[in-house]
Amino acid sequence: MLKNFFRYFISSLFFLVAYSFSANAELKVGFVYVGPTGDHGWTYQHHEGRNAVEAAGFKTTYVESVPEGADSERVIRQLAKSGHGLIFTTSFGYMDPTNKVAKDFPNVKFEHATGYKREHSNVSTYSARFYQGRTLLGHIAGKMTKTNTIGYIASFPIPEVIRGINSMTLAAQKVNPNIKTKIVWVFTWYDPGKEAEAAQALIDQGADIIMQHTDSTAAVQVAEKAGVWSFGQASDMQKFAPKSVLTSIIDDWAPYYVERSKAVKNGTWKQQDTWHGLKEGMVAMGPYNPAMGSALVKEVEQLQKDLASGKANSFTGPIYDQKGNLLVAEGKTADDGMLAGMNVYVKGVTGDIPK
Amino acid sequence: MSFDINFIGVLIASIMASSVPLILAASGELITERSGVLNLGIEGMMIIGAISGFSLMIVTGNLYIAIIGSMFGGIIISIIFGFLTQTLLTNHVATGLALTIFGIGMSAMIGKNFVGIPGKEFPVFLDNLSETIPFFGPILFGHSIIFYFAFILPFLTNYFLKRTKIGLMIRAVGDSPDSASNQGINVILVRYLCVLYGGAMCGLAGAYLSLIYTPQWIENMTAGRGWIALALVVFATWNPIKVLIGAMIFGGLTIIQLHMQALGLRIPVQFLSALPYIMTIIVLVVISRDSRKIKLSTPSSIGKIFYKEK
Repeated sequence: MLKNFFRYFISSLFFLVAYSFSANAELKVGFVYVGPTGDHGWTYQHHEGRNAVEAAGFKTTYVESVPEGADSERVIRQLAKSGHGLIFTTSFGYMDPTNKVAKDFPNVKFEHATGYKREHSNVSTYSARFYQGRTLLGHIAGKMTKTNTIGYIASFPIPEVIRGINSMTLAAQKVNPNIKTKIVWVFTWYDPGKEAEAAQALIDQGADIIMQHTDSTAAVQVAEKAGVWSFGQASDMQKFAPKSVLTSIIDDWAPYYVERSKAVKNGTWKQQDTWHGLKEGMVAMGPYNPAMGSALVKEVEQLQKDLASGKANSFTGPIYDQKGNLLVAEGKTADDGMLAGMNVYVKGVTGDIPK
Repeated sequence: MSFDINFIGVLIASIMASSVPLILAASGELITERSGVLNLGIEGMMIIGAISGFSLMIVTGNLYIAIIGSMFGGIIISIIFGFLTQTLLTNHVATGLALTIFGIGMSAMIGKNFVGIPGKEFPVFLDNLSETIPFFGPILFGHSIIFYFAFILPFLTNYFLKRTKIGLMIRAVGDSPDSASNQGINVILVRYLCVLYGGAMCGLAGAYLSLIYTPQWIENMTAGRGWIALALVVFATWNPIKVLIGAMIFGGLTIIQLHMQALGLRIPVQFLSALPYIMTIIVLVVISRDSRKIKLSTPSSIGKIFYKEK
C-alpha cells in the first residue's frame, strides 16, 4: 500500500515536471535517479553531473527515487515522450526498461549506468573503474596500518563490491604482506546507524583502517572519534572527518555527461560502452591527508599516474583465490570480462562471500 | 580480539547506545497505545525530529535548543495525526501510514539545504572517567544526556502508568473509553495528549540519531527504526520494562552479529543479519507468555475510533 502510494505520487509529480518542460525545441536532457538527491553518495554525485550539464547550457529534468523495474519504464517513457533528446538512467536495475523504451524512441539517445545491455543502436552504457581507486586505498592502508588489520564495510555481494575488496587487498599485500582484511556485510547501501555500528565493531576488533562500500558518512565519523584512519566513498568526505579521512574515491560523472550532451547536440553521438577510470577522470581521488607524510603521498600520486597511464594495473598476476587456485597468471592482467563477473575473494581475505 | 573486561564494557556501552532511539520511540508509542490510539507514524515522527533537531542546531548553533526543537517537531506532526484521528475520526492505521510517508517527504524537503554539513560534537558526561575506570567506566560515563534519559524513561513510564492518577486515567481510556467517559474523563483530550507525548519522544529519538549517534543529516536516515520500535511495543505486551529488555536484545544482537562477522566465523551472514529480529521476538514471547498479565496490559480499545455519545 505504501509502495503503491509512492508510485502514484512519484508518477503524478513526474507528469507535472514533464508538462512544464514539454514545449521547447532545444536539447533537453533527462535523468532518472534511484535514490534521493540528498543521499550525499551515489545519486548526489549523479545530480552533481546534472548540474554541470545544466551549467553547460542544456535544459535538464530529473526524477528522483524511482524504483527499479516497471515504474522506471513509465518514467523513462514519459521523459522520452516529452521531448528529451538524451536520457541518463543511473542505476543497474533500469537496464531492461531502458532498452525497452529505446526501441520505441529511435530518435532519443539513452545512456544506462553500470549495465551491459545495448540492444538498440540508441543505447549506450557507461560505468566507472572504482576499483582503481581501491588500489590506491589499499596501498595507503598497507603503509599506514599499525595493527595490520583493515576493516571493510561491504554492502551487497555483487561483483562490483567484491572487485573493490580484492583490488584493495592485493594492493595492501604488495606493500605489507602481513595485512588482514576483515569484512562486515551490512546488506544495505545506506543506513547510517548500521554503518556506524559496523565501523565501531571493526575498530573494537583491532582494525585501525576503516573502508566502506556503503554511501553514508557515518563510518568516517566513527573513525574520527576513535582516532583511526578512514577513506571517503563516492564523494569527498574529508569535512566530516578531517583528521581521519586519508583520501576519498570520488565518482565524477560531470565531464562524461557534458560530453555526451554536446555529442547529441552536434549530432556526433554514437553507441558505445564506456568504462572509464582514473585516466579519464571518471574516478577521481580526494585530497590526500598530510598525515600520510610527503613520501607516501608522492608514492601514491605516482601510482595514481601509473594506473591512469596503464603502466600499473590493479589486477596484475599472479593472483590466487582463497583456496590457492590461480586466477591470473604471472605477468598477465585480468581482462574486463573477468572483472565484470568477479565472484571469488583473492587469497588473504578472510571469511566467505555470502551466497 | 581480546575478551578482557574493558572490551566487554566497551561492547555493552555500544549496545546501549544503539538501543537508545528504540527505547525512546517505543516508550513514547507505548503511552500513545495505552490510551487506545494506534499510531503507525513513528518513523515519520522520528525523521521529522531528526531534521528539526539538525536544522536548528545548524541555524542556532545551540544543541539544547536543537533537542527541544526536535521534540516540538515531533509534536507538531503528531498534532496532525491527533486532529485527523481524534477530531475527524479517521482510521488510525491509514492515518499513521500517511503520517510516515508525509514525514519522510517533508523532512527531505526541509533537509535539502542541510545535506553534506557535518554535525557538532555533543557534550558528554565525565568522559575522562570512561577510560580510567575499568568495565563500568565506558558503561556509565562519557555519554550524552539523552542516553541517560533513555535508560531512566522506561522505569518512569512504568511507575507513571501503575502508580499515578493520570497513568491510571490513560489506562482507563485505553481499556474502556465508554466507561472512562461516563466517569467524566475527557477521552478525546487524554488521547490527544498521549499522541503529542508520543510525538515528542519519537522526535527526541530522531534527534538522537541526527545529533549524537551519527551527527549529520541524510534523507531517510532513520532507516526503518520506527517500525522496529512499533514491533517492540507489541511484542513487549505494552510493558515499559520489557520494551527496555527487547530494545537491548535487539541492539545487542545487531552489534554482536557485526563482531561475529568481523571475527570471520563461518556462520552464514544472512542468518547473522536476521538474528536480532528472530531472537528479540523469541525472548519477548517467552518472557510475556502469561496470558492473564497480557490481558491486564493490553489496551483493549486500541485502534478503535471513539464516538462520544451525546
